Formats: sequence, C-alpha cells, structure tokens
Amino acid sequence: MGNGTSIGRVRGLGSSHHGSHHWLAQRLSAVGNLILIPFLMISLALMPGHDYATVHAWAAKPLPSIALILIMINTFWHARMGVQIMLEDYVHENGGKIAAWLLVNILPFAGAAYGILSVIRIALGGA
Amino acid sequence: MAQARSNRPLSPHLQIWRWGPAMLVSILHRVTGNGLAFVGLGLLLWWIGAIASGAAAYQTFLDWVWLGTDGGLQVVTALLGKIVLVGLTWAFFQHMASGLRHFVLDIGAGYELDANARWSWFTILFGVTATAVFWAFVLLR
Repeated sequence: MGNGTSIGRVRGLGSSHHGSHHWLAQRLSAVGNLILIPFLMISLALMPGHDYATVHAWAAKPLPSIALILIMINTFWHARMGVQIMLEDYVHENGGKIAAWLLVNILPFAGAAYGILSVIRIALGGA
Repeated sequence: MAQARSNRPLSPHLQIWRWGPAMLVSILHRVTGNGLAFVGLGLLLWWIGAIASGAAAYQTFLDWVWLGTDGGLQVVTALLGKIVLVGLTWAFFQHMASGLRHFVLDIGAGYELDANARWSWFTILFGVTATAVFWAFVLLR
C-alpha cells in the first residue's frame, strides 16, 4: 500500500505498482480451494471402490467434472502465486530469477491445460 | 569494511531464533504449500491423465502408487506412494488450518501472545487429527 500522499494510499499501488492484487487473489483462490479440495477428498473417501470403472464414471458426471476443471484452474492459480512468493524470497541472483520467472509463468499453465483437457476427455469421451 | 565484516554474524536465521509455535506454523505453511504445489499437483495430473487415457493407464497408476502388483521396484514405490498420499493429506489439512489462521490474522485478530500461540498449536493438532480421521474412515469403513 502507498504510504506517501493520500491519493497514493487510495490507489493502493505502492512501489511494485500492483497494489494488493496478488495478496487478494491468493486469499480468493484459497476460499475456492477450501470448497473444491474437501469436495474431491470427500468424494474419493465415499466412493464404493477405486477401480477404473467407478472412478471414471464418477469423474464423467457433470458436477464432479465441473469441480475437477475448477480444481485445475484454482489450485494451479493458488500454487503459482505461493511458489512465486517462495522463489522471490529465496532466489536472488539473476540467472535463477529468470529460471524462476519461466517456471512460474509456464509450468502452472501447462499443468492446468493438461488437467482440463484430461477432464474434458473423461466427460465427453464416453465410457 | 572487510575487516569489520569478518567476525560478525550474518543476518539471523533459523538457528538463531528461539523456536515458537507461530514460527513453526509459518514454516509449515510454506513447506506444506510448496509440497502440495509440486508433489500434490503432479500426482493429481498423473491421476486425472491416467483416468482419461483408459483402464490400462489407470491400472499403471494404481500399481506404482498404491498396489505394487508387479513386485520389484513397484513394491518400493507403492510403499512410498502410501507415505506420500498420507503426507499430502496431512499437508492439505495443515495448510488449510494455517490458511484459516491467516484469515483470522488478516482481520487483525489473534495477535495477543497467548491467543497466537494457542491457535498456532491448534492448527498443528487439527492437521494431525484430521489426517488420522480421514485415513481411518477410508481404510476402516
């Protein structure tokens, strides 16, 4: 948050020019995970078995497949921000910073894309 | 300057500070979060990709992570898989509890020393208890 002029405080951008967006997004995605991950864990715990037919049939249903796609978006979003903070704290030299920047901006999107495509294949691919 | 620097300590780190519950929970929050990000999401992608790829790929996932059907190396990875899955469950519950603690701290509450230490310990107690209850339910029902 800005601590200079009052208008600077109102805009809330501060020295990084991003303001509190990262901080708020981390909390917002945390609330999403608070709903989505218990849904996944309870669903898995309540399943009659964990054989292919049972798990595939469950994941292909509308509510679970929507939840799984949201999980792919929300967990990777949340994890990306958390890992970014961790790397900002520990990686200080330039080469490492570039590697960290590539990691944080490519890997989560690739992972989420693979996850979402997998759920779509399950949901639309038939038995 | 070099002379002045030679015998002086660097910035204090983990081995300097006296351990307390808030410090432990803060470190656990970071460790569990990054563990979930790298190991948890990696395993999640293998799992969902295996289901999408068909019965054989899903059986491969089960064999390596849980069953160890083919013997040999799979026995080792299946044992590791069970440890990792229980570990990830604990990491999730710990991260969730310390995350909820962050929400409370965000509204400006819970900074008094007693309350802060009490709720820090509570997140650790919750993480271990919830993990035990979850796996007891999965394995014993």
